[in-house]
Amino acid sequence: MNTILRLLVPAAREAVRGRWLLGLMIGLALLGELLLRFSGGGPTTLVSLLDVALILTPLAGLVIGTMQVHHAREVTELLLAQPIARGRLFIALYLGTALPLALALVIGLLAPFAWHGLLVGPDAWRIVALAAASGALALVTTAFAFIIALRADDRVRALGIALAVWLVAAVLWDGLILLIALGLGARPIEGPLLVMLAINPLDLARVLLLLGTDAAALLGYTGAVLQRTLGTDVGRLALGSALLLWLTVPPMVAARVFARKDF
Amino acid sequence: MVAGTGDIEMLILLALALAPQVVLEVTPDGPYRTIAAAVAAAPRSATVRVAAGVWREPTIEITEAITLEGMPGAVLDGEGERELLVVRGGGVIVRGFTFRNTGTTYSEDRAALHVDGAWGCLIEQNRFEETFFAIYLSRVEGCTVRDNLVVGTPGTESATGNAIHSWGSRNLRIERNDLRGHRDGIYLEFTRHATVHDNVSTGHFRYGLHFMYADSSTYARNRFVANGSGVAVMYSRGVVMHDNDFSGNRGPTAYGLLLKEITDAVLARNRFINNTTGILADGAERVEVRENRFESNGWAIRLLASTSGGRFLANTFVGNAFDVTVNGRGTLGVFKGNRWDSYRGWDLDADGTGDVAHYPVRFFALLVERAPVAMLLQRSLFVRVLDAAERVLPVLTPRGVVDEAPQMLRADRGGAE
Amino acid sequence: MIHVRGLAKRFGTRVVLAGLDATMIGGRVTALLGPNGAGKTTFLKILLGLARADAGTVAVGDRLLDGSPEYRRQIGYMPQIARFPAHLSGRDLLGMLAALRGDDMAPDLSLADAFDLGDQFDRPLGVLSGGMRQKVNAVLAMAFRPSVLILDEPTAGLDPLACRVLKDRLLAERARGTTVLITSHVLPELEELADDVLYLDAGRAAWAGAVRELERHTGEPTLERAVARLLAGGAALAVA
Repeated sequence: MNTILRLLVPAAREAVRGRWLLGLMIGLALLGELLLRFSGGGPTTLVSLLDVALILTPLAGLVIGTMQVHHAREVTELLLAQPIARGRLFIALYLGTALPLALALVIGLLAPFAWHGLLVGPDAWRIVALAAASGALALVTTAFAFIIALRADDRVRALGIALAVWLVAAVLWDGLILLIALGLGARPIEGPLLVMLAINPLDLARVLLLLGTDAAALLGYTGAVLQRTLGTDVGRLALGSALLLWLTVPPMVAARVFARKDF
Repeated sequence: MVAGTGDIEMLILLALALAPQVVLEVTPDGPYRTIAAAVAAAPRSATVRVAAGVWREPTIEITEAITLEGMPGAVLDGEGERELLVVRGGGVIVRGFTFRNTGTTYSEDRAALHVDGAWGCLIEQNRFEETFFAIYLSRVEGCTVRDNLVVGTPGTESATGNAIHSWGSRNLRIERNDLRGHRDGIYLEFTRHATVHDNVSTGHFRYGLHFMYADSSTYARNRFVANGSGVAVMYSRGVVMHDNDFSGNRGPTAYGLLLKEITDAVLARNRFINNTTGILADGAERVEVRENRFESNGWAIRLLASTSGGRFLANTFVGNAFDVTVNGRGTLGVFKGNRWDSYRGWDLDADGTGDVAHYPVRFFALLVERAPVAMLLQRSLFVRVLDAAERVLPVLTPRGVVDEAPQMLRADRGGAE
Repeated sequence: MIHVRGLAKRFGTRVVLAGLDATMIGGRVTALLGPNGAGKTTFLKILLGLARADAGTVAVGDRLLDGSPEYRRQIGYMPQIARFPAHLSGRDLLGMLAALRGDDMAPDLSLADAFDLGDQFDRPLGVLSGGMRQKVNAVLAMAFRPSVLILDEPTAGLDPLACRVLKDRLLAERARGTTVLITSHVLPELEELADDVLYLDAGRAAWAGAVRELERHTGEPTLERAVARLLAGGAALAVA
């Protein structure tokens, strides 16, 4: 544990030094501030932030994660020649990258709300949920970035793959869902589509957040199905498990790739 | 000047009021020990005054033009098995009672207060608790129902009747009532010339207000909150609706306002906020919709193909998932001078009117119309890309619905008020 | 001591090590030589735990490589191109490594004194010259008193004086019984240092034995010429 902490701190410091995170955090905070100031802080603010966070977070996770692996390559090799277990080195490297990113997102999203005193009160949980979802997405996508960057030694190629993965997860996957939905028309396919959504962590986060906002009740019949499916104990359990799987499996896969990699 | 029926009634009432006052007191100790006895003994235009206490009597029937008045704390209790009061004569006033506990029945429309074939009655300041139907008006002419509070019992749609029910009546005034938790808040069937003002109708299983064959009626300044659906206007012509609030009517089949097979209606200055669907128009002809505000609804306006000749003028659309959807390709109406927060045009000459037309039907809305489950993709980047493509490639946007003169939204979102 | 038996490694279909047997003895300096692609780098990486062998056994000092990182405590490693975190100083890095290793003993900084590093050891590595970084690299490799030293082109970028200092140190290490494994393109320099030669070709030990033995075997007067002969493939190869 001690070793991990000793490695994590410099890794995190290195991640923060990149200025990317600071820029991201300040950008988000400024956006939130602007929205709060000029659109009255109503549900519109939250929904706009939701849009931005859901697009930006995975992109940041994938790009920053990929770059960080390559950036830390030499140090990694230096450290691997020391009597340090690879598993610990991986945990430090991963958390050292993912946690600062998650933290930057969470702070960037929450700061303007805190500043305006909106972090207490009955509606506060919405922005907190959004921040938490962003943080979780950062952890998941950073793990994916690690898998990509550890398998593709070429920096440019890794970045290309990361962007392709983002494109699939953020855009094309939903296009596929839409095609299926249109193809099968009015048949009751909510179940299978929900599974398809859960397969994509971006969709999972989006649907969860939509359910949490007023929008869910405005989804009409589909919203009702969602509420009925996901509002039950089984549904919640399934959602929780899906989230847990996303938070644990990709980092574990990345750790395995790291443990077996020939540097 | 021709005096309407209402004026004649007022004259009669006035005459009754000016007659010498006879007051019959009902108390546990006499002179009258039951309401029924006092009512039977009361001459025309007398007042029967009922003292505080819980009164359990067989159904009381009034046929003379008398005033039945409950002192504070006077309760009529049906013990779960009967109607409480039946009014059959003209000019009857019922005021100040608490009606309760009619019990539930499926074989008859059992009401706490049943007005049948009467004219010129006034029902005011009463309270209804645990009643199947609260006030039931059948074949009534020129009655006023005002300032009543009707509180339903929690249950299912079939285990409760309507708070105020009217059948085959004319010239009703329904004002300032507070109606909660029934099947319909107000149900007008085969009822003409009804005026429904300033009521609050909330938490009903079906509709806050329900028009069925109710021509030439007006409802205004009412609030319809969190009902199964807000208001349903069906098979009626010449209905005027203005300054009402329709909000929080949410659910898979919930509307703020359902227009079904109606003609020549006017909808002005209403507010539709937070409904799954603001207005659903199915078979609406010549409806004018102007200066309404639609905010934070799933669908602000859904027009089914059976709708025609609608005019949508100077309305404001803010924060709706979909502003307008249509399920057909024909021209469903005219849109002009509305404010759309989804408008991406500009106003170079700063005259407040956008320089390019606005097509309010999103391509995604059409997809959702075809496959409702696609709604799951709301707010996804893919849909955003679709929207962008739609602006670049307008061939995707349905041309049938267009606002040629969209108004610019002011930054303060003040809207149309 | 380093002892290797039947070491095999392939990347995809490319065989890099094909059953390498070799022994490097404490108190002697072994020069690791061979043409490009012979498997030198892969061999070093396997020794350091950066890559994993497909087959074979490796023992470093008294430990068999079994996936545990502990054996690396005995190794001092000087990578060919030392790319350190730019904002850390040599001393920061040393402190970090010391903390990570969790050793009790104080690091041995005598080489830093011998290089006369002075305050260069406290400046961020990013601002140091290549030669200066290489000196820090050497200091770090020696700092934890390793019993096995693995040096990849150690003199690259060093000025003659620094070369001299490093060589003196290596000779002192040898005298202390340290196992030294070194690769270099500067063969005359190895002549001065190396006791043994491990010559790899196509993933195998094409020649292994004392430098004298190699010179005698090839009939060449110097290591450089002997190796040139090996490279040309002109001599009969044998493992001594």
